[in-house]
Amino acid sequence: MTAQDPVVLRLAGIVKTFPGVRALDGVELEVRAGEVHCLLGQNGAGKSTLIKVLAGVHRPDAGEIVWQGEPTSFSNPQAATKAGIATIYQELDLVEDLTVAENVFLGHEPRTGGFVQRGRMRRSTREILGRLGHAEIPVGRAVGKLPAAAKQIVSMGRALSYDARLIIMDEPSAVLAHDEVANLFRVIRDLTAQGIAVIYISHRMEEIREIGDRVTVLKDGRTSAVNLPARTTPTAELVSRMTGRSIEYVFPDRPAPAADRPSAPLLKVEGLTRHGEFTDISLTVGAGEIVGIAGLVGSGRSELLETIYGARRAHAGQVRVDGRSLPAGQVGAAVRAGVGMAPEERKSQALVLDEPIYRNVTLASFGKYATGGFTNADRERKAAEKVADALALHPRDVRRPVRTLSGGNQQKVVLGRWLLGQGTKLLLLDEPTRGVDIGARAELYQVIRALADDGMGVLLVSSEVPEVLGLADRVLVMREGHLIHEAPAAQLDEETVLDLVMAGSLLEVTAP
Amino acid sequence: MTEPGNAVAEAGGTPPHTTTAPADARPPRPGKARGGWWGGDASEPVRRNLGLVGVLVLLYLIGVFSRPDIFASGARLWSNELTVLTQAASIGVITIGMTFVMISGGIDLSVGALLALASVWSTTVATQSYGPGVMIFTALAVGTVAGAVNGILIAYGRMVPFIATMALMVAARGLSQKISGKLTQISKVDTINKIAETKVLGIPLLVIIFGAVAAAGWILLNRTTFGRRTVAIGGNPEAARLAGINLRRHQVLLYALSGLCCGIAAIMVTSLSNAGSSDHGNLYELQAIAAAIIGGTSLAGGRGTIVGSVLGVLVFTQITNLFIVNNLQLEFQLIAQGAIIVGAVLIQQFRVAALRRPAPPGA
Repeated sequence: MTAQDPVVLRLAGIVKTFPGVRALDGVELEVRAGEVHCLLGQNGAGKSTLIKVLAGVHRPDAGEIVWQGEPTSFSNPQAATKAGIATIYQELDLVEDLTVAENVFLGHEPRTGGFVQRGRMRRSTREILGRLGHAEIPVGRAVGKLPAAAKQIVSMGRALSYDARLIIMDEPSAVLAHDEVANLFRVIRDLTAQGIAVIYISHRMEEIREIGDRVTVLKDGRTSAVNLPARTTPTAELVSRMTGRSIEYVFPDRPAPAADRPSAPLLKVEGLTRHGEFTDISLTVGAGEIVGIAGLVGSGRSELLETIYGARRAHAGQVRVDGRSLPAGQVGAAVRAGVGMAPEERKSQALVLDEPIYRNVTLASFGKYATGGFTNADRERKAAEKVADALALHPRDVRRPVRTLSGGNQQKVVLGRWLLGQGTKLLLLDEPTRGVDIGARAELYQVIRALADDGMGVLLVSSEVPEVLGLADRVLVMREGHLIHEAPAAQLDEETVLDLVMAGSLLEVTAP
Repeated sequence: MTEPGNAVAEAGGTPPHTTTAPADARPPRPGKARGGWWGGDASEPVRRNLGLVGVLVLLYLIGVFSRPDIFASGARLWSNELTVLTQAASIGVITIGMTFVMISGGIDLSVGALLALASVWSTTVATQSYGPGVMIFTALAVGTVAGAVNGILIAYGRMVPFIATMALMVAARGLSQKISGKLTQISKVDTINKIAETKVLGIPLLVIIFGAVAAAGWILLNRTTFGRRTVAIGGNPEAARLAGINLRRHQVLLYALSGLCCGIAAIMVTSLSNAGSSDHGNLYELQAIAAAIIGGTSLAGGRGTIVGSVLGVLVFTQITNLFIVNNLQLEFQLIAQGAIIVGAVLIQQFRVAALRRPAPPGA
């Protein structure tokens, strides 16, 4: 790329608001032909929303998209594809049972009078794969039988089949092994040599250094830096651009380290392993302690939490609560032992949305309010109302369907489920503030701290490093299925943790 | 992917306003007004089912216009409606079981075949020789066990309910043909044969059985932990599982319950025809599913009521009756039934869409 290359895409002042959240708040972006433009930002900074705006999935509320010199707005994904913008999402949108050629030309098959010209489609596919340097991929093979790296090439082939001038890649290296990444980079260089622009999204700093030309940094829905040189900008500057916060997180005070903490931990995990997800994890959580796990999506943190809870069956290792070992893969046993969980996907994993609040609060305990198998709605409602008062749930009418509540209040319902006096001792919280606005977040933090002060042990997973650092007493850093660092939260700062989760320089120093 | 909810989650770190959640200004609504064992949510389904009651009234009016001699005369109307109810009874019992299965998000295609199997097994010469008690027990046990087999295939064999119960639909029909040698097995046990003729206070016993099963089903669904688990599993199986509910065991119980209903219906059909036959219960699965759907039960699970299903059965049977008393051909009856199913589902979807209008934003 040189400075003379024409600008193919320019975004100015892009704003996108969803109910309750301003996801994009004035985003600038300039992409030149033939460059690899990296997009950097923490989870929640607005990267995915921005991609979807470019891909025609979302329409911006304000701002200008100039595509190849023309102000444009894409009303749907097809319009963006036709204009020459192709998006390769993290979860590849390939049809596993169709062949490579059928996938490449899915939706725009060459045809005569309704009949697909299969021969021409195969030839074109072969030619496209050749351009990508992967003529060896058999065009007649079902895509489901290909390895992940080849699938990605097929996805790129689809982009080329539309004659894309800009390809957006959302964390393409996340599913690839090391040598496959090198191969991917070779393909990307070939593409850019042909004048195609690439927007590359990755958490891995070393990749951005290697493949990127320029970097734009997103933070809290705004661009905090544009067009930094990818190779020469110091890591410290990039990280501070990502983290320098305009929004104050309000965290409750940590209590002074209790000297009389019981010696036996409440939760003791030893050598827990699930192949392909995480390996040999050992950790403890004491009563009254909040332990935070920092790690990227895909680092195995959610899987770890679900395995401790018994929602997934461990391949090796042990989970002990209060010294008693939990049977693998049995949620019921974990619940009886006093473990509660607020899963990552509140709506799909935790709530029965059309049922009233009180029934969601008592979902794990309605049997305890029943006599001889007959439920007692009055007692359940009273118990739920008590919890609703304690958590300042809004609205208070516990007969309202959960669907009508805001994200923060839905999360309170999930938390409240474990606070009904059924003896929950340990709470597993997976992204407890996802999709919750800042005011409600502060409230949730207070609630979680208050629970710990009452002796509850809390194991918390969050993508947001400030949240882990601000809320937890002790922090574990997880990366690619391994625990790589452990320290009291007070001894860590955001840059250090980000460096660790992104495989930065500290890894070599501290990893055992 | 385009659902705003996802994007909101992604954008979680960028709230536009930093207000703290407002303290609840409204006083909590007094919760006692509709409390009590029978109160609370009981009036909900009644309101929801007013449409079906309207359809029944409409069908009655059609009856008055087409056959005033029957529908406008008190005594003849009463006896006609008792006939309708008697015909509805066995399908009705099966529909109650089907409603539970469908609320949990499943489906049971084997009900007609299980009815046939239970009727044949309970009327073999050997079984009849032990008398009516053993016959009834056999029918109930055969239905329940076969239903449990459905449940085990689905819960532990991880089969799709449609496939598992379709397999039993075919296999149970075949087994009942094998047992009976494709012959009708005449029941010589008077106690069984008289069930269909017996009336209590002028109401046929079969209708009373249907009513009792429906009432028990209502209590089971709305007032017991079993019913609560059923609704939770149908509404969100993952949430139910993560709340510690034993999903698989409950699935087995649900299909066993549906099988039990088939056993009860088998006795009723045997009594009506004074025989057990491998041809009994033909296409009952379609009628039961249709009745449940007309009654507002969702095929996707999580939603459905016993009252709705009972009304669905009555609507379905009343249509049949109108066609019979007007000497209309069977073909028109089938077309009308199809139209009713389509209409009921369209109305249901419209209502669900209204129910799920976006929630007010923000906390």
